Amino acid sequence: MSTSARRLSLLPALAVFSAAALAQTPVAASASAPATQAQIAALQQAVQNAQASGDNAWMLVSSALVLLMTGPGLALFYGGLVRKKNILGTMMQSFAMMGLVTVIWAVAGYSLAFGHGNAFIGGFEHLFLRGVGLTPNTDYAATIPEQTYMIYQLMFAIITPALITGAFAERMKFSAMALFLSLWSLLVYCPMAHMVWGVGGLLNAAGGHIPSLDFAGGTVVHVTSGVSALVTCLYLGKRIGYPQTNMPPHSMVLSFIGACLLWVGWFGFNAGSALAASPLATSAFVNTHFAAASAAVGWTIFEWFHNGKPTALGAISGAVAGLVAITPASGFVQPFPALLIGLLAGFFCSFMVFKVKSLFRYDDSLDAFGVHGAGGTLGALLTGLFATRAINAIYGKDVATGAIDGHWGQELNQLAGVAIAWGISIVGTLVLLFVVDRVIGLRVSPDHESAGLDLSQHGEEGYDLNS
Amino acid sequence: MLKIEAVLQPSKLDAVKDALLEAGIEGMTILEARGHGRQKGHTEFYRGREYTVDLLPKVKIELVLHDDLKEKAIQAIIGAARTGRIGDGKIFVSRVDEAIRIRNDERGETAL
Repeated sequence: MSTSARRLSLLPALAVFSAAALAQTPVAASASAPATQAQIAALQQAVQNAQASGDNAWMLVSSALVLLMTGPGLALFYGGLVRKKNILGTMMQSFAMMGLVTVIWAVAGYSLAFGHGNAFIGGFEHLFLRGVGLTPNTDYAATIPEQTYMIYQLMFAIITPALITGAFAERMKFSAMALFLSLWSLLVYCPMAHMVWGVGGLLNAAGGHIPSLDFAGGTVVHVTSGVSALVTCLYLGKRIGYPQTNMPPHSMVLSFIGACLLWVGWFGFNAGSALAASPLATSAFVNTHFAAASAAVGWTIFEWFHNGKPTALGAISGAVAGLVAITPASGFVQPFPALLIGLLAGFFCSFMVFKVKSLFRYDDSLDAFGVHGAGGTLGALLTGLFATRAINAIYGKDVATGAIDGHWGQELNQLAGVAIAWGISIVGTLVLLFVVDRVIGLRVSPDHESAGLDLSQHGEEGYDLNS
Repeated sequence: MLKIEAVLQPSKLDAVKDALLEAGIEGMTILEARGHGRQKGHTEFYRGREYTVDLLPKVKIELVLHDDLKEKAIQAIIGAARTGRIGDGKIFVSRVDEAIRIRNDERGETAL
């Protein structure tokens, strides 16, 4: 955001330079003084237009890439991991977010996240997208239409509740899921997004009371969804038969495709968070790829020692864990710290999934907490450690960004950001689950659970091999 | 008339089918099955959790044939399906009372 503003301020200088170059040609030399003024203005406009169109092109592509993460990416990743009687129910939970959250975002969500409110939540000035037009909103991104910014941020709002569905897979009513996650989007996601990214937000790195670094949503997306996932699976209880009955993934192939789509989509998620087609986007792109790769290696090594075999599920889970952990750091760190963050995430998340989950015996069915909650928390803290002004001088050219850069206090700010994300997720999720449980009941009946969500919730089957 | 039922490793199905055709046995029914004998399945790992899969995929072939073809058929199956390791499968032989061709109501061995 600050980068776009800085680049804009360079524009007049650029325009003058180009005009001087033009002035050396015979045509320009013979032009009168007012014509030269007009030429400078026209050039300035042309340069601005060129940057705006480049930035807008990248941001529209990024928006599409982030949507690709939810559908088909996450839908396939989660869909393959459940038993085959639940594949449609699971995929529908992600797809439902594409519908519901979009409507909520247009009506109120965008305003509550990015309107001018207080330190905790946005205001009401953009309800029904009032005032959100095709000119830039310089509070956020000075070179792209505000509608581009709005639709880009919407894709984040879609995937975040969809991530939670991994924890309560195979046992929640569709109606309860739809109400719970719609309310969650308004009452947990919007405030957290406002605190971290919104104008005047408490944790906003540019001017908040506790400037906390979160480039693309380590706390806003992954800590909130991961912690809410843990709360939900604890509240809801285990699936019938867990852990005595085998519940292996029904199609590793689908999960594999889903994870690879997540990896590709994540380039839009992280590099797009530069909000411009800038060098910072390149930095985030490189870091994203590096962390995914090294985390896949880290998880695989851990698993190879632990079980004697390197599994496909381990490799793809590791890649996702690395992508999660690099998310807050992607626009703040150098490539080698990114590799290290990925590797640590691979080890840490596999440890959480292999050891901690079985120790405490909760049924986080598809490891939404083990990957997103744990990886997001680790990533947010490591961001404070490795952030450097050489990549993103967010506090100014001569001011250290992260701990190793010389600003150890940043770790405390990161800790505060993580603590607030944990807090709002635990409280918000508990309240919403309690309310929805009272109003419509959260769990499907035991009969419906054994029949599967596809039949009981949707009256369909994912695989009808007799047709 | 005899019925021969053989439970086989799925990977041996093609070899057994070819061997039976070579022995002059033309009709057969093949079923996909799951089961285990003394061989007790295998383990799989998903995110650190160990799953014991004790019912393994098998194929079962069923043949109904003349009494004189019995040994020829058994040798063909054994020859094609044996690896010498646990899990090679089993053959069961039983008597069949009647065979009827649905198309024209032929009865007995002419219906085979």
